[in-house]
Amino acid sequence: MTSLPQSTEKKLGLVIDLDTCVGCHACVVSCKEWNTSNYGSALSDVDAYGPEPQGTFLNRVHSFEAQPESGCSQTVHFPKSCLHCEDAPCVTVCPTGASYKREEDGIVLVNEADCMGCGLCAWSCPYGARELDQIFGVMKKCTLCVDRIYNENIPEEDRVPSCVRTCPAGARHFGDLGDPDSDVSRLVASRDGMDLMPEMGTKPVNKYLPPRLKDVPSDAALEATHKTPEGLFAWLDKALEKL
Amino acid sequence: MPTKTTTSDGYLPNMAMSKDKAPPRPSPKVSDEIRQTTCYMCACRCGINVHMQDGKVKYIEGNKDHPVNKGVLCAKGSAGIMQHYAPSRLKAPMKRVGPRGSGEFKEISWDEAYEIAAGWLGPIRETAPEKLAFFTGRDQSQSFTSLWAQAFGTPNYAAHGGFCSVNMAAAGIYTMGGAFWEFGQPDWDRTKLFMIFGVAEDHDSNPIKIGLGKLKERGARVIGVNPIRSGYNAIADDWVGITPGTDGLFIMALIHELLKAGQIDLNYLTRYTNAGFLVNCAESGPDAGLFLRDKNGTAQVLDQSTGKPAPYDGKAIKPKLTGHFRKAGDTYRPAFELLAEAYMSDTYAPEAVEERCGIAAKRIRAIAADLARVAFEEEIVINQPWTDWKGEKHDQMIGRPVSFHAMRGISAHSNGFQTCRALHILQILLGSVEVPGGFRFKPPYPKPPEAHPKPHAGHAPGQPLDGPHLGYPLGPEHLLLDDAGNPKRIDKAFSWENPMSVHGLMHMVISNAHAGVPYKIDTLFMYMANMAWNSSMNTSSVIEMLTDTDENGDYVIPHIIYSDAYSSETVAYSDLILPDTTYLERHDCISLLDRPICEAEAVADAIRWPVVEPDRNVKGFQSALCDLGAKLGLPGFVNEDGSQKYADYADYIVSHERRPGVGPLAGFRGDGSESGRGAPNPEQLDKYIKNGGFWSEHLPEDAQFYKPWNQGYQDWAVKIGLFDKAAPYVFNLYLEPLRKMQLAAEGYGDRQPPEHLREQLKKAMTPLPHWYAPFEQELVSDDDYPLHALTQRPMHMYHSWGSQNAWLRQITGVNKLFVPSGVWEEHGFEDGDWAYVTSPHGRIKAPVARMDGVNGKTLWTWNAIGKKRGAWALSEDAQEATEGFLLNHLINELLPPKGDGLRWANSDPITGQAAWFDLRVRIEKAPKAGPSEPTHKAQKSPVGTGPKNVTYGDKF
Amino acid sequence: MHPAPSIILFTTLSGLGFGLLAFLGLGLPPVTGWVAFVFFFLANALAVGGLLASVTHLANPKNAIKAFREWRSSWLSREGVLAVASLLVMGVFAVALVFFDIRLRTVGALGALLSLATVFTTSMIYTQLKTVPRWNEWTTPPIFMLHALGGGALLAGQPRLAAILLIALGLLMMWAWIKGDEKSLAGTTMETATGLGRIGKMRLLEPPHSGQNYLLKEMAYEVGRKHAQKLRILSLLLGYALPAALMLLFTVHHLTALIAIIAHLIGVAAGRWLFFAEAAHVQRLYYGK
Ligand SMILES: Nc1nc2c(c(=O)[nH]1)N[C@H]1C(S)=C(S)[C@@H](COP(=O)(O)OP(=O)(O)OC[C@H]3O[C@@H](n4cnc5c(=O)[nH]c(N)nc54)[C@H](O)[C@@H]3O)O[C@H]1N2
Ligand SMILES: Nc1nc2c(c(=O)[nH]1)N[C@H]1C(S)=C(S)[C@@H](COP(=O)(O)OP(=O)(O)OC[C@H]3O[C@@H](n4cnc5c(=O)[nH]c(N)nc54)[C@H](O)[C@@H]3O)O[C@H]1N2
Ligand code: SF4
Ligand code: SF4
Ligand code: SF4
Ligand code: SF4
Ligand code: SF4
Ligand SMILES: [Mo]
Repeated sequence: MTSLPQSTEKKLGLVIDLDTCVGCHACVVSCKEWNTSNYGSALSDVDAYGPEPQGTFLNRVHSFEAQPESGCSQTVHFPKSCLHCEDAPCVTVCPTGASYKREEDGIVLVNEADCMGCGLCAWSCPYGARELDQIFGVMKKCTLCVDRIYNENIPEEDRVPSCVRTCPAGARHFGDLGDPDSDVSRLVASRDGMDLMPEMGTKPVNKYLPPRLKDVPSDAALEATHKTPEGLFAWLDKALEKL
Repeated sequence: MPTKTTTSDGYLPNMAMSKDKAPPRPSPKVSDEIRQTTCYMCACRCGINVHMQDGKVKYIEGNKDHPVNKGVLCAKGSAGIMQHYAPSRLKAPMKRVGPRGSGEFKEISWDEAYEIAAGWLGPIRETAPEKLAFFTGRDQSQSFTSLWAQAFGTPNYAAHGGFCSVNMAAAGIYTMGGAFWEFGQPDWDRTKLFMIFGVAEDHDSNPIKIGLGKLKERGARVIGVNPIRSGYNAIADDWVGITPGTDGLFIMALIHELLKAGQIDLNYLTRYTNAGFLVNCAESGPDAGLFLRDKNGTAQVLDQSTGKPAPYDGKAIKPKLTGHFRKAGDTYRPAFELLAEAYMSDTYAPEAVEERCGIAAKRIRAIAADLARVAFEEEIVINQPWTDWKGEKHDQMIGRPVSFHAMRGISAHSNGFQTCRALHILQILLGSVEVPGGFRFKPPYPKPPEAHPKPHAGHAPGQPLDGPHLGYPLGPEHLLLDDAGNPKRIDKAFSWENPMSVHGLMHMVISNAHAGVPYKIDTLFMYMANMAWNSSMNTSSVIEMLTDTDENGDYVIPHIIYSDAYSSETVAYSDLILPDTTYLERHDCISLLDRPICEAEAVADAIRWPVVEPDRNVKGFQSALCDLGAKLGLPGFVNEDGSQKYADYADYIVSHERRPGVGPLAGFRGDGSESGRGAPNPEQLDKYIKNGGFWSEHLPEDAQFYKPWNQGYQDWAVKIGLFDKAAPYVFNLYLEPLRKMQLAAEGYGDRQPPEHLREQLKKAMTPLPHWYAPFEQELVSDDDYPLHALTQRPMHMYHSWGSQNAWLRQITGVNKLFVPSGVWEEHGFEDGDWAYVTSPHGRIKAPVARMDGVNGKTLWTWNAIGKKRGAWALSEDAQEATEGFLLNHLINELLPPKGDGLRWANSDPITGQAAWFDLRVRIEKAPKAGPSEPTHKAQKSPVGTGPKNVTYGDKF
Repeated sequence: MHPAPSIILFTTLSGLGFGLLAFLGLGLPPVTGWVAFVFFFLANALAVGGLLASVTHLANPKNAIKAFREWRSSWLSREGVLAVASLLVMGVFAVALVFFDIRLRTVGALGALLSLATVFTTSMIYTQLKTVPRWNEWTTPPIFMLHALGGGALLAGQPRLAAILLIALGLLMMWAWIKGDEKSLAGTTMETATGLGRIGKMRLLEPPHSGQNYLLKEMAYEVGRKHAQKLRILSLLLGYALPAALMLLFTVHHLTALIAIIAHLIGVAAGRWLFFAEAAHVQRLYYGK
């Protein structure tokens, strides 16, 4: 059924801290290696060793420069995967019912057994979060590692998405954004977490924490109490005696 | 269409078989088995869990218990699967059949390979062992490879450190007994202000990211000093876009401010440094600038209570930092006075340096004020009693929560050694080394220069070398010169050109061997270094040297043996190839004898073991050295009856003893319960495997800080076997060994430098760091070459190896030259444009992109993306070869001619560190579209090219 | 958006086919027997041919049959359902007319309605996409409908009606182009896409991958402004002006009709190419485009 659930029991999603992300692409590759051998078909790579390699990835890191009114520009590394939108247009456009949003946790998934590879869901996603696999012909997207987060074959503390577990800087957080008391919800509240393209009306579950204020000019200066070495030495003798 | 064949319990829709959606709580089987080993997609040595299914690697994740990475993994680490299955893997030993560079090879057996190698090496060992030059790249087995080279008897051995970061390492060891990276780390859990200089990625890849994450979580402040605002500098709260090569000036201006305000840690300076050592202040003379020493050779300080000289290490002695003492007509003053005079001078006032550094004076002042505030007003205290080396008991550990980290950005310049020293002096003045919140050493560091060996080059036919190759010279007497004063080593390490070249100079080997200066060699034996491509300064000319022939038509460098695991550029230029395994297929040890995986609070070492057996005719290089060493009859590699001593590297790791009871691995010795010291344990590797591939033990609580002066630490270190007796020492603010070299340049002593080097030595070898302009900068005019050009490591690529990786090469398959917006506009560049970049050494053509967050005079690109056509099993039209490019063609190991008839090295005059980042260039618009230039003829791939498509994971 | 030939072919041909079917269902032209057969054949060939072309666009066509399932929510599914329904209903009508010479008027009318509804659903597939502001406009459905009706009228030999419809369509197309140009990405910017407008103006420093990928190929297609202007003129002239002029100014015989139809087809194809090529998807902002 491609209608969206009225509401979901949980809103599982990611919180990505742009103040901490160093743009290392660890989450990108970890996502690729987990997902290419788990949920659904593999994530293929076409022309892998040739002039135009292009493969399917579920998570990508863009790099931007933000130019404030004055001062120097700021570099922001910007990881992006499916935001598991509450009002996910990718679900409602899907003709086959392959795309769906889960009632239990809000994860948006593609049931590959039903997907006909029309690509319309990718067209409807504002964020570029879906990629049609060129060899397997089915739509691929972030699964929120649904096959990890409940997996009883994985130690409990590791039941988080692959990208979250791997992120060296700890810039990725996973949890229930529907529960205002969850760690992720608190983080979002305390750090002014935001939506991407709110004007699209998709109500993303994933949130981004904006970079903290940078390059704040300071007038601090030390008082030059000792203008000359001799001055310093005179003070030093006394200071040392006191020690 | 290929489809998955396995569905396991509760598993998910499989396209072919299942019609169902994922169950609400899917719980599929992850793998058949987890094998824990150590990653080697880079030198960071993280612990990994390799998930195996159906005998294949299914998924690699970080090992949560591992001291280095604590569970996280970088992009390269996760891409290990694609490295392990790379089509570029070499398959068998090979001998060259076409001309060098052609890539034409014939596969041979290991026996034949050893025959050929022994045929070259055997005779030279018997006649002139120095004719073998054995150099290794990203070697993690240096304690083993150097042992082999020592047994062979050649003085010509080193790893790649000389062109990598020797300034950093040497300045750290000489100043305080350890540097950044493997030697130490910031106290990530406590530091409140962290300054990071010239780091794009570092060897300590994951630990730095984990650390930065901790700082961010606590809201601690990060200041990034780097011409380029990317990566770590992107998340820095403040970015200081310094002009390349001027960090020394900036740091000295910070010191200037701190001294003028008296914001220094006096207690720390008097107790733990040589600030109080009395220096002979004569204008000249054989002792000028040297310490006053008693008849035991112990340096003297002015005792606070008596005002008289006393040995610095005397029990109740508290040195004065000011005053003077006269003896035999000479005046002696505490080193601190000289230091204060040097840095309080107007030369280092913020106003005097702002323009050259590209940092406003006001900003420098503010940073100095912040450092002082956090260090002294936000002092932290840990209630942990400890006892110092003089027996004094302390109730607390006082912390100065400012910390620093730096890497190649300050070290890969010709003024890098002194810049790194200046940074350490700043840390020490703030009292922030080995204290809570500051910078902490990782065992086996700290280890002062005196505790390191001295370099050796005593060679004789058929004999082993007279000692270890590398070490820390403390004066001219330790240089490796023959009777005529000529360098004894092919790379001229430990000669007057670069007396403290403690890591050797791999970047000079090929050009010196080609020139036959100081002598000719017969065989160049290399391991894991892509010297025919991205590792060399001026790649095109190195390629010429490797293929150059003499009047007889023979190659000028007669024989080249090389061990690589993949079809790199350098493979094509070698005569004999010893194919290595991948890192998942071999034994390795990351040893306390070398550069272990310790953390500040724990001692640790680790292994690799074959989690997958090789499916090709390849062999771990170290095992091959065991075979070859035995075949050559090298001492230590054969038993008394002449039979082979170590069956393979695993056998060596377990059974070799460096000193009685001390072997390559410190864990599980003896009966398996002994740490550090103990008899060899045949079960040792199994114990490591069961323990997750590593061993670690925590430092006692009272040994966590103040390590050089902490009795608790010293005793523990002896117990664990790091050294044999306690060896406390103080930090060298004033570096006497440099002064000794300088004295020689002034004409004192019996070992004298050649005339042409005297001025350079006098200027560079100052016992207190001074700033001088990088050499190449001095030689070229701003009008001809107005811009700097730099490289940075991409976090997801390791040098040249990344491009063979089907996943990683999609992220960066082409590197662009980033151009600061001012220059961009001045030249009218647009998206998609190409440019010519010209240096005094060459010209390249490259695609450009604009960047705003970069020093306005600095161009840069990602390192080592450009590839030679035909290498790495990529198609010949791979984008790395057609659009990717190397900056190396613009750099040279020699400076542009000065007009004095000499060619000076483009290296730091103290350590010989390659000055990669001194490069000066100009840029102009080029016709749109590729290919990038210079173009090189394709090499034939001895392993074919990779398949068209990859669907890895499909069969799981 | 990537102007995929299969999709251009599909929207162009099937629009025309369903347009003609609609006219035939309404009894225009009032043909019977073999002439009717030819007309129906043409209409079905266009409609079904277009649909088949659209199936080649599917990466996994074996699941195409499942596309009928989600008609309650998905316009694409509705299109499939209606296309089949109209073909079936019109099939009944045609068989009766051609072979039995019976004109089932209500069936015809229903078929006509379904045919037009099919075209409407097609238009809604595009109109619904907020991500493509140029499509997400009130003009999109009438443009699709007018194409079907105008082209249908042309094929159905209704010169005056065709001329009026085509002129109206041409004007509407111009309006849509101008509005579309003004609208651009409709207030969605790199600043809203990244949420970082709070810092300042955003620009892409480095894309997440140095080569191509599905998203770039599919959704970051770019067409030169000059090239687009030329195509717009070509499309207006051939697609609408010339056929309308031919219909109004000349007596219509087979040759003028043929010229008008061919010109119309070329013009519409050019316009459709532009419809995709000029449509900017908001996600290109993440690539700095
Ligand atoms: N992912 C990855 N990790 C690696 C490697 C790799 O290839 N890939 N290589 C490993 C190796 S061998 C090494 S040596 C280390 C090196 O690690 P890094 O030291 O981080 O090496 P680089 O990437 O060369 O970065 C040098 C940095 O210094 C800056 N810089 C250049 N000149 C100056 C200057 O004058 N002043 C200041 N303040 N900054 C300057 C450059 O902008 C750049 O950011 O990384 C190791 N780790
Ligand atoms: N322009 C510019 N050039 C630079 C630098 C820079 O900053 N800018 N940095 C310099 C520095 S610091 C360094 S350290 C060098 C690094 O440069 P290199 O030492 O050349 O490093 P790699 O490219 O990693 O090449 C190492 C070789 O080891 C091979 N290899 C990989 N794995 C294995 C294995 O398991 N076994 C064996 N036997 N071989 C293996 C690879 O295939 C490759 O051929 O580059 C230097 N070059
Ligand atoms: S792994 Fe973490 S730090 Fe690295 S790019 Fe992803 S989110 Fe950023
Ligand atoms: S981000 Fe895109 S794919 Fe994910 S739920 Fe939202 S619209 Fe759908
Ligand atoms: S590509 Fe697959 S999932 Fe997406 S809309 Fe089409 S059928 Fe649905
Ligand atoms: S949650 Fe899983 S599927 Fe989604 S981006 Fe992270 S690793 Fe990839
Ligand atoms: S930093 Fe990455 S590549 Fe290097 S050892 Fe660790 S996981 Fe492996
Ligand atoms: Mo290096």
